[in-house]
Amino acid sequence: MTDIQISITNKSYWGHSAPVIGNLKLSLKSGEFVCLLGQSGCGKTTLLNCLAGLDTAYTGDIMLGSQHTKPKIGYIFQNPRLLPWRTVRENIELVLDQRQSPDIIDILLDAMQLTEVQHFYPERLSLGMSRRIAIIRAFAVNPDILLMDEPFVSLDAPTARQVRELLLKLWQERPHTVLFVTHDLREAISLADRLVFLSASPMRVVSEIDVPIARNGRHNEMLIEGFRSQLKDNYPDIKTLL
Amino acid sequence: MLAFLALWQGVASYVDNTTLPTPDTVMRVFWQACISGQLPYHLGATLLRLIVSFAVSMSLGCAIGIILGRNKKLDAFFDNWLILFLNVPALVTIILCYVWFGLVESAAIFAVVINKLPNVIVTIREGTRALDQDLLEMARCYHFSKRKTLVHVIWPQLHPFVMGATRSGLALIWKIILVVELLGRSNGMGYQLHLFFQLFDVASILAYTIAFVGVIQLLELIVLKPLDKKSLRWRR
Repeated sequence: MTDIQISITNKSYWGHSAPVIGNLKLSLKSGEFVCLLGQSGCGKTTLLNCLAGLDTAYTGDIMLGSQHTKPKIGYIFQNPRLLPWRTVRENIELVLDQRQSPDIIDILLDAMQLTEVQHFYPERLSLGMSRRIAIIRAFAVNPDILLMDEPFVSLDAPTARQVRELLLKLWQERPHTVLFVTHDLREAISLADRLVFLSASPMRVVSEIDVPIARNGRHNEMLIEGFRSQLKDNYPDIKTLL
Repeated sequence: MLAFLALWQGVASYVDNTTLPTPDTVMRVFWQACISGQLPYHLGATLLRLIVSFAVSMSLGCAIGIILGRNKKLDAFFDNWLILFLNVPALVTIILCYVWFGLVESAAIFAVVINKLPNVIVTIREGTRALDQDLLEMARCYHFSKRKTLVHVIWPQLHPFVMGATRSGLALIWKIILVVELLGRSNGMGYQLHLFFQLFDVASILAYTIAFVGVIQLLELIVLKPLDKKSLRWRR
């Protein structure tokens, strides 16, 4: 299974003396759903890039699962990053490995209600649709680790709720470790096992709080709102992030 | 086009001189050259050289251009060489190739390639530098193979640059080929034009030029335009 151990002592960008990440320690259990919350620009995307192996210029260690097998990573970027010269379906097909059956594409397209646009080029889609395609692409690889960088921004409220529910359903069907970046606290509470609050410059963990609401009670707005105001009272040091 | 022909006809009949033949004289010469087999033979020889040297310089140029665009150290090393080769006059490389390798076909082709290659490299290198890093990261994150990345991520972005290099390349190459043929080949357009120049046969010179321009136009229409259309169909 795929647990994650992060211990980054320093990550700075070339030419900037101030580190983006300083002494960040975080561990995720296999199959856990963790939301990262922090002000925009505090380095959450940088952290995800380090985890995805896109950025290796940091000091510290990141352990993904056991050392012998390389975990499959699904990464939903802040912008959809679809290949504009390939159709929607081709974009998803490209990330599958040869052993995988393309049936998964049909299932996911159907679940997202995007079957009718599968032969369109991405430029003809709205941003919301492109985002959903990017989400499908990440799920299609059957990931062990799913990194999500504010994936529901610019989706309208009903679509966002629908996609959130689908995300939870897929996650429960086939558990994988999820790191979800957001600054919407209500969204975080409705999705996560655990909330991790991060401070800015340099980024480090301020506090980690388990969400005590049972999975089947998560669509109860009252419970979520209640927990939110409870957080505000009990954790004065993260007040600026709420 | 018709207005141009009319103007030409008018001026030529007014001047009435062999150095400016009328369009119908040119057409007659053209037709005779076609029937005698002279024009197809020499045009074919030139086109063959064009195809070979174009294919070699484009494939080599794309490969080297992509490598230099992706590798800063190599790029810094070869940059000066590139500038040097870009600016050496075509005539110099042609003469040197003939002197060093003899008046043979491979020397002719080599001279043309040496002239065109730096242009392709520079164009493709610029294209490679402008590649979308976001998409490359996406490809890396989803473990695209090198081939997959090249075919699906890099090549479509280079397409406008490749087409640019192709168009400017065809124009440049055929001009250089004529010089190459003029200096050291016994067939081809350049050789023929040289002959006509010595005979002051302007009608034949124009007839050959028209034939060649026609072929290039045809190429644009049959090959390049459809290629453009096919690879840009994703644009709104």
